[in-house]
Order: sequence, then structure tokens, then C-alpha cells
Amino acid sequence: MVKINGEQLGIDGYSMTEYLLSAGYDIKRVAVELNGNILPKADYDETLLKDGDSLEVVSFVGGG
Amino acid sequence: MNNDKLIIGGHEFNSRFILGSGKYSLNLIEAAVKVAGAEIITLAVRRANTKEQENILDYIPNGVTLLPNTSGARNAEEAVRIAKLARELGCGNFVKIEIMRDTKYLLPDNQETIKATEVLANDGFVVMPYMYPDLNVARDLKNAGAATIMPLASPIGSNKGLATRDFIQILIDEIDLPIIVDAGIGKPSQACEAMEMGAAAIMANTALATAGNLPLMAAAFRQAIEAGRNAYLAGLGRVLTRGASASDPLTGFLRD
Repeated sequence: MVKINGEQLGIDGYSMTEYLLSAGYDIKRVAVELNGNILPKADYDETLLKDGDSLEVVSFVGGG
Repeated sequence: MNNDKLIIGGHEFNSRFILGSGKYSLNLIEAAVKVAGAEIITLAVRRANTKEQENILDYIPNGVTLLPNTSGARNAEEAVRIAKLARELGCGNFVKIEIMRDTKYLLPDNQETIKATEVLANDGFVVMPYMYPDLNVARDLKNAGAATIMPLASPIGSNKGLATRDFIQILIDEIDLPIIVDAGIGKPSQACEAMEMGAAAIMANTALATAGNLPLMAAAFRQAIEAGRNAYLAGLGRVLTRGASASDPLTGFLRD
């Protein structure tokens, strides 16, 4: 299981790109933190998600 | 006043109105930016929605500098983390540090803000710390590498105006950085007053978001900020401590 934005999902084995696309994220508009470290976009294709990974996927929203 | 530029971290701006983007419709952002003449707009970073929802970046006109904030951070470490994620979103290296420990008054934690400023300035960010107006803290922020100082006028979202007026004036007088009044400015007249005092710029969000007509209020703020800036540059006339001073000649009266 992989923890994504606080939710456990069974997406072990997906690449980061595969997961983000399958979930409907706009890859150009998100930033990803994998196990506490920022994952550069260039590494999305080759990064495979594994059991126990923790992921934060963020984007900009309105704010002051 | 073409030569009157606001310079932040080596970047030049003509507008002195920093616009927030919270608490109103994405459809109003473009109009607000244009009417305000704003060249800087603030944003927040949050967990992304998986559904292909509209993204705020699609609503912000090209050429506007994005100023992500670190809202949600409760300490320096969290602020640094949010700032780095914001930079990874690929929209520049400006960051407004916002660190709060309580949700009732939303007051900034000055000590943690100094720590975050130092880390982020050393990492190449243009750091714009939101702070409670305290001269010693402002000096520490400058030494830590802040590009501006952003003191609060009154609590965030309160629209209560310049409750900290005299302390902001001290920062303007003593700190050799742009002092940008952030939080609590509720009316154009308050923005104008802060600019007359010598503030470098005004940041406003709630005053617009809660106005009856947002674009019209954006126009009013723009005019007020420009008026206040011009008044500051012109140099305000003196105030008498007592008595009066005639505006008309004291000779040639029509009497014997």
C-alpha cells in the first residue's frame, strides 16, 4: 500500500507518471514529495511506487 | 512616476498593490489583476485534487509574478517544506513566509519566521516574511536575508485597518528594506494612509473578497495606493501643534 495525501491506496508497482495520470492529476500543475523529499519531474517515469511509500501531491490554490 | 519602481530581490515592479487570490471565484482573478494593475499575486499550496479541476494558474494573466505563501505552516521546518514544494511547482523563487501557531488570531510566529527566512534566503529564495511589527525582529529578518518585511496592520481577514500604525511607522523609518503592509487593511483609505506613511506596497485580499463589487473595489484600492504613494513622494505638509495659519494674504482687507 502507498499513502497518498493521507489515503492508503494499492498502487504498488506503478511508476509515478502512471499513477498521476491514472488518478487524473495534471502533471504540469503538481509537485510531488516522496517520503519527505521532493521528487523532480524528470524522475517521475523511472520512480516505481513500493509498499510503505508516502506521497504528497500538491498544487497552487487561491490564498492571501 | 515612471522611475518610481518597487524593487524586491532585484526584480522591478511598477505596481505597489499585491493582490491575494483567496476566498473568491477564479473567474474574477483576471479582472481583479487587471483592474488592480497588480504585478504580484499571492497563492497558497495545498494537497492537489485528483479530479481534473480548474487550476488557478490558468486564470492568472501572463507576466504576473506569483508569490506563494507558506500558510498552514506551524513552524520554520514546515514553512521551508512548503516553500520548496511551491518552487517545484515551477513558478519562480518568491515566497511569502507565513507561520502561525494558533487559528483564532492567526498571528505570525516571529521567531520561527526568522529561522525560516534564514534557511530559505540561503537556498536562493526571494523571501518576504509576514510578521508582527517588532523592530528587533525586523532587524533580525533583514540580517537573515529577507527581501522585504511584511508587517500586519491588524489580524488577517479582519478588515480592521492600521491597528499597528505606530509600530509600522518605526519599521518604515528604521529598516532599509521595502515595508509591505500585509493583513487587516480593509478600506482604500487605510491603504492610502499606509502609503502616505512610506510603506512600499500594500497586500490585500479579504478587503476585496468580501466587498460587494470586487473589481470596483480593486480599482478603488489601486487609486488609493497610488494617491498615498504620490503624497509620500510629494512630502506631506506640516501639522501645527496649535493655532492656525492663514491660507489667504493677511493684508489688503476691505476695511479701514
